[in-house]
Amino acid sequence: MANLSLELEAERKKISQVAKNVGLDCFETIFEMVNFDQISQFASYGGFPVRYPHWRFGMEYEQLSKSYEYGLSKIYEMVINTDPCYAYLMEGNSMMDQKLVMAHVYGHCDFFKNNIWFSKTNRKMMDQMANHATRIRQYIDRHGYEEVEKFIDLCLSLENLIDRYSILNGPTQFTEKKPQVRESDFVFQVEKSYMKNYINPPDVVAEFKKDQMQKMADKAQFPADPVRDILTFLIHYAPLEEWQQDVLSIIKDESYYFAPQGMTKTMNEGWASYWHSHIMTKHILNDSEIVDFADHHAGAMFMKIGGYNPYKVGIELMREIEERWNKGKFGRDWEECDDVNERKHWDKKLNLGLEKIFEVRKIYNDVTFIDEFLTEDFCIRNKMFVYKMNKETGRFEVDTRDFKAIKAQLLFQLTNFGQPIIRIENANFENRGELLLRHVHEGLDLQPNYMDATMKNLNKLWKRPVNMITVMDNEPQLFRFDGKEYTKHSLTENNNSQAEPSHKDSE
Amino acid sequence: MPIREDQNRFKSIVKGRVRDDFKKYVTNGELIGKREDEFVKIPLPRIDIPTFRYGPKQDQQGVGQGEGEGDPQQGQGQGQPGSGKGEAGENPGEHMLEVEISLEELAEILGEKLQLPRILPKGTANLVTEKTRYSGIAPVGPEGLRKFKQTYKKALSRYISSGNYNPDDPVIIPIRSDYQYRTMKKTQKPHTKAVVIYMMDVSGSMGEEQKEIVRLESFWINTWLKKHYKGLDTRFIIHDAAAKEVDENTFFKTSESGGTLISSAYKLCQQIIDAEYPADEWNIYPFHFSDGDNWSGEDTRLCVQLIKEYFLPRVNVFSYGQVESKYGSGQFLKDLQKEFGDDDQVTLSQIESRDKILDSIKDFLGKGK
Repeated sequence: MANLSLELEAERKKISQVAKNVGLDCFETIFEMVNFDQISQFASYGGFPVRYPHWRFGMEYEQLSKSYEYGLSKIYEMVINTDPCYAYLMEGNSMMDQKLVMAHVYGHCDFFKNNIWFSKTNRKMMDQMANHATRIRQYIDRHGYEEVEKFIDLCLSLENLIDRYSILNGPTQFTEKKPQVRESDFVFQVEKSYMKNYINPPDVVAEFKKDQMQKMADKAQFPADPVRDILTFLIHYAPLEEWQQDVLSIIKDESYYFAPQGMTKTMNEGWASYWHSHIMTKHILNDSEIVDFADHHAGAMFMKIGGYNPYKVGIELMREIEERWNKGKFGRDWEECDDVNERKHWDKKLNLGLEKIFEVRKIYNDVTFIDEFLTEDFCIRNKMFVYKMNKETGRFEVDTRDFKAIKAQLLFQLTNFGQPIIRIENANFENRGELLLRHVHEGLDLQPNYMDATMKNLNKLWKRPVNMITVMDNEPQLFRFDGKEYTKHSLTENNNSQAEPSHKDSE
Repeated sequence: MPIREDQNRFKSIVKGRVRDDFKKYVTNGELIGKREDEFVKIPLPRIDIPTFRYGPKQDQQGVGQGEGEGDPQQGQGQGQPGSGKGEAGENPGEHMLEVEISLEELAEILGEKLQLPRILPKGTANLVTEKTRYSGIAPVGPEGLRKFKQTYKKALSRYISSGNYNPDDPVIIPIRSDYQYRTMKKTQKPHTKAVVIYMMDVSGSMGEEQKEIVRLESFWINTWLKKHYKGLDTRFIIHDAAAKEVDENTFFKTSESGGTLISSAYKLCQQIIDAEYPADEWNIYPFHFSDGDNWSGEDTRLCVQLIKEYFLPRVNVFSYGQVESKYGSGQFLKDLQKEFGDDDQVTLSQIESRDKILDSIKDFLGKGK
């Protein structure tokens, strides 16, 4: 349903050809012209108008369409990572804008196709999402809207508990058996009920059971290694009904689908911006459009003081890399050169820049990208700094312009791509089938009220008490939600007795 | 489009929240400030699905860029909401949602919460007349009603949007789907008419808080009555020792000093009713708010007499609300109670504080009159 006007279609062909000529390698890209209401709808569904019904999409839509109506924000473009790639243009944008967006989209499209983190992505996600929706609608028919909605809410609450680094290895395989002491494992089958106490004497059975429990507790813990892919773990081991398992796996699939986009936001936007700028200024723009282009490009690249704009950081780094590899500013000679003047005029005329950025777009993600290519020169040139809240004045202030601090801060923000790292340490905690989570504390506390609520939701799935070890207010603590009550205990050395109150309970 | 389904679901969740926290909204003047004809805008915290996430309370820091002057604002590297691709608006901050609720729905929630009975308009003038006017536009209709101008416009815009328009040869050929026809619209004109006459004591003893309470009460009373009467008039009378009619704004803003003669307001109210609202055509609702201090027992007797002889035969219900002020509460409520304690047509309510507004609304509207 390509519905571009003749004029736009002609431009599209031109841009697509230019993109090919400069070396971009895209899926077939289908542009559709939509109005603001449609684009708000698509955006609310994360780009997939076929998704399962849920109120959160309605809320998203309410916000997007309102903020458009009030003139607060406008969606210029949207690209869906599928094959063929779908992109939406908004009606009423100027010709120049449409061309800019198309050039930008081809950049994204090339990135989707070639970056390694997208290599395992299901490119038929549009169909997959539609299938998900069909399945969920079936469950709604069978179990009722509210019931399914409530369960989806639970799943969405755990949506971010996936292992982003497992994307390249494929899904985590769980083969361990959940430790369980079932009487049927060691009790003889009895035909006649009056014989029961003779064949399986209760005191012997009780003794045996106790013994087994003890053995289980002594045995290696379950799971053997901490688990990052909590969603998959729950699908395997949580006591769920079949439809619930399926819903959870739907949420998991979609979460994994979107994960690489979150992991490469800076690179992806930088790449697309680099190419829209290149394609537009060198090949497409008329003289009359250049001012508008400069204006809109600058608007997209604008980074407000204290903000972080992935478009800006991305494009600047891409250009920096290109320049460095063109001039040969890398390798041992470069690293060891201390002469300021020599460094300034360093140019080996290697012209490897273009090749290098194509390589970068293939094998890096945001974390490795920044780690590798953010240089001191770059920080100084772009006047970067770390800001901090000054508690006395209640204002944000420049803390330092030290290169190491800037890099550390940026990388910290990107660690696990902005999500706290949470692992399942033990799914048979205290040998009582309780779940023990550990938050790998990196200096930022979890938000307490959200943590409480999420633990409650987790408890509803696991159906046994849920424990969480984290650092809160500079103190390691164990939080526990047992289905009714919420308790916390300090885990500091000196009051260790308090730390594990569950022992008292089991006396 | 499926989004409507989700949007409606979201809206009903929001309404549920409003319902749950209804009392908060009733006693909160903010709501009324955001009124827009038929809608009220209610600020709600964004409904969030909880996840494990970093909290905001710790040393907030991040990387910025620039000279470092001024005040770097908050924001830890989040994309601008709504401008990204794919995952637009994935990480919004702590936004407030503003949801629109129609007064009709608000009235419904009010009725449900307080279990208010429906009002039965008095008299038989409960008729709705229908008028038809040719004011609408439709894509089908008899040729005689075809609108040339609209049809041409539609065709023109089709030409332009498909890129086939040639300014040098502006030939426009309308096709079937361009045709536009006049169509009739039915407008309903209700015959049930109602008027609310608010009277308020603005003598020195009525403070800001007392007026705010009256303002809130009157808003909810209006909302409820509007639900039942399509055309609702409101009139406002302020009084101290003398009464005068004012507009809504003045009503809630005026402060006078001086004594209190309640009968002055009742007399003015009487004049208004006599002049403009014949009792056999109108449902009449006088509401009077004061702190209960009246100048003299003599005047109180006059008031009682007016209510008994003039108002009761004419009005649906006569309501008096006594708002407690920092000077305590006056005698007037007790006087009326003594006189009309078990009269169905008089409702009396004592409002000690903001928290009692809901109870008092229930007093006023709970009789279904």
